[in-house]
Amino acid sequence: MPLPESSDSSPITSAQNTKAEVFSSSASVTEMEAIAKRLRRHIISMTGKAGSGHPGGSLSAVEIVTALYFRLLRHKPSDPGWSDRDRFILSKGHAAPLLYATLAECGYFPVDELLTLRQLDSRLQGHTDRTVTPGVEMSAGALGQGLSFAIGVALAGRLNSQPYRVYVLLGDGECDEGQVWEAAMAAAHFKVDNLVAIVDNNGQQIDGWNRDVMNLEPFNKKWQAFGWHVIEVDGHAFTQLIDAFEQAKSVRGKPTVVIAHTIKGKGVSFMENNPDFHGKAPNAAEVEIALKELE
Amino acid sequence: MAEEVSVREAYGKTLVELGKENQDIVVLDADLSRSTMTQFFAGEFPERFFDCGIAEQNMVGIAAGLAASGKMPFASTFAVFAPGRCFDQIRMSIAQPGLNVKLVTTHGGISVGEDGTSHQSIEDLSLICSLPGFTVIVPADAIETAQAVKVAAASYGPVYIRLCRPKIPLVYNQGYRFILGKAVTMRQGKDATVIAIGLMVSVALEAAEDLKREGIDCRVLNMPTLKPVDEAAIIKAASETGAIVTAEEHLEHGGLGSIVARVLAKHQPVPMEFVAIKDTYAKSGKAAELLQRYGLTAKYIKQAVHAVIKRM
Repeated sequence: MPLPESSDSSPITSAQNTKAEVFSSSASVTEMEAIAKRLRRHIISMTGKAGSGHPGGSLSAVEIVTALYFRLLRHKPSDPGWSDRDRFILSKGHAAPLLYATLAECGYFPVDELLTLRQLDSRLQGHTDRTVTPGVEMSAGALGQGLSFAIGVALAGRLNSQPYRVYVLLGDGECDEGQVWEAAMAAAHFKVDNLVAIVDNNGQQIDGWNRDVMNLEPFNKKWQAFGWHVIEVDGHAFTQLIDAFEQAKSVRGKPTVVIAHTIKGKGVSFMENNPDFHGKAPNAAEVEIALKELE
Repeated sequence: MAEEVSVREAYGKTLVELGKENQDIVVLDADLSRSTMTQFFAGEFPERFFDCGIAEQNMVGIAAGLAASGKMPFASTFAVFAPGRCFDQIRMSIAQPGLNVKLVTTHGGISVGEDGTSHQSIEDLSLICSLPGFTVIVPADAIETAQAVKVAAASYGPVYIRLCRPKIPLVYNQGYRFILGKAVTMRQGKDATVIAIGLMVSVALEAAEDLKREGIDCRVLNMPTLKPVDEAAIIKAASETGAIVTAEEHLEHGGLGSIVARVLAKHQPVPMEFVAIKDTYAKSGKAAELLQRYGLTAKYIKQAVHAVIKRM
């Protein structure tokens, strides 16, 4: 992907634009499938080693995050603060293992560091912390805050005439939070069309299925009613995800939400659709089985 | 009596001045721009003003995102709604990452008056001072307000400025320069010290004048920066006058009194009295009536000074 011409006179961007190579991976679907498998293995190893963490909601969003970082985003792992970078904001901060694994695979920090997850003095905190981890845009974990933050980032880009796009990943359970809908209203009101929200719609939250805990349906119609362009995809199908993100680029005057239908714990048989693994790490035996399944 | 001037108008006008100098300043409000006086900025720079509607949590999050992208957002609403309505958002989206957001809230305290309990912010200083990394300022008049807003804009990091609704007497002249983190000796004295914030500074000066007639020489300190507080000034006042009274339009719990008591307990224990709202909610009424009812007038400061001197 070529570096876009800089049409931008903002003082905070110009000096840094030439500093480092843009990570312009245009990975093929086959390559992304291999990357996704590596990320899943990292997630299992990291949470297994830590003895805690959130594997279920990390595994469900692997394809979403892989497609973004290895196909869509213009970013510079050697210069995480590059002002024109496309932003990926993880609102569902408990999927931190997935984001860390992705950032490491992109080269933001060594892959070896992944196994320090959740340890004292590690840069890889239990939930994302923008003050310590290179490439992390937001301190998240308190759910419902990322979409608002993303609107601010998108508005700043518009004010500065910067070309970047903003992607924010929410959980479906997270959409119980009222702030999400305050933000949904505002994003449409402010017409932030450089913003794409992705909902990792794995259907489950800690206490069970969403429909039993707090019904979100009609989910698609809710976003439409709030003024969003809505696209529904199979969240494990790279081609569908990439098509949706490309389509969103041409939507003008409104934000886009990609509702990505996913399976919690995807890729590990005993974790799939099992809410127990929302916030529980696999034990040593489970790690062994899971890694075997992901060979 | 000194001229009474609106601190809110001082804020609004200063924002316009700053907006002319700094293109990165953006302003957010939650459907109260006519009361917080961000309307002046909105009129001057509509493209840099975002009315977020009645949605304070979202406003705080948008401000954080703007700050994370190089902007300097000033976000305003009533003090009762921020931090009250959006404490966790302020905590995780602004304070923890130390983002450059300036929260300037108005209608602090009970002097908001007739609107009653739901609009009377008596806990905000306790909440906001509890957050690591926040600078907290409570100006004593319109001149200090303008100064504090400029100083906030000249510094990097989260700042909370709390203003009140009514016009209040000027306690400074135009030459005054606010220095962040420094107490200001408003009046010298040797028998006791009243440390005050916000509209209680002019009330403390009035009390000190009365006390002089009774033969009590009372020092008055204004403590505009509540956090980081001027510990040296507190210790000096305690060691030189031997007794401290604090005066604030806030609950006794968690505000100026608590902060000063903590400093004294650690460094210079002396008798202390608290002029503040006791453990209760206030009611509707005129500002002056409420300040009288809940013990925030010169009479109560004088009583507290007498009481604290007796304990020496």
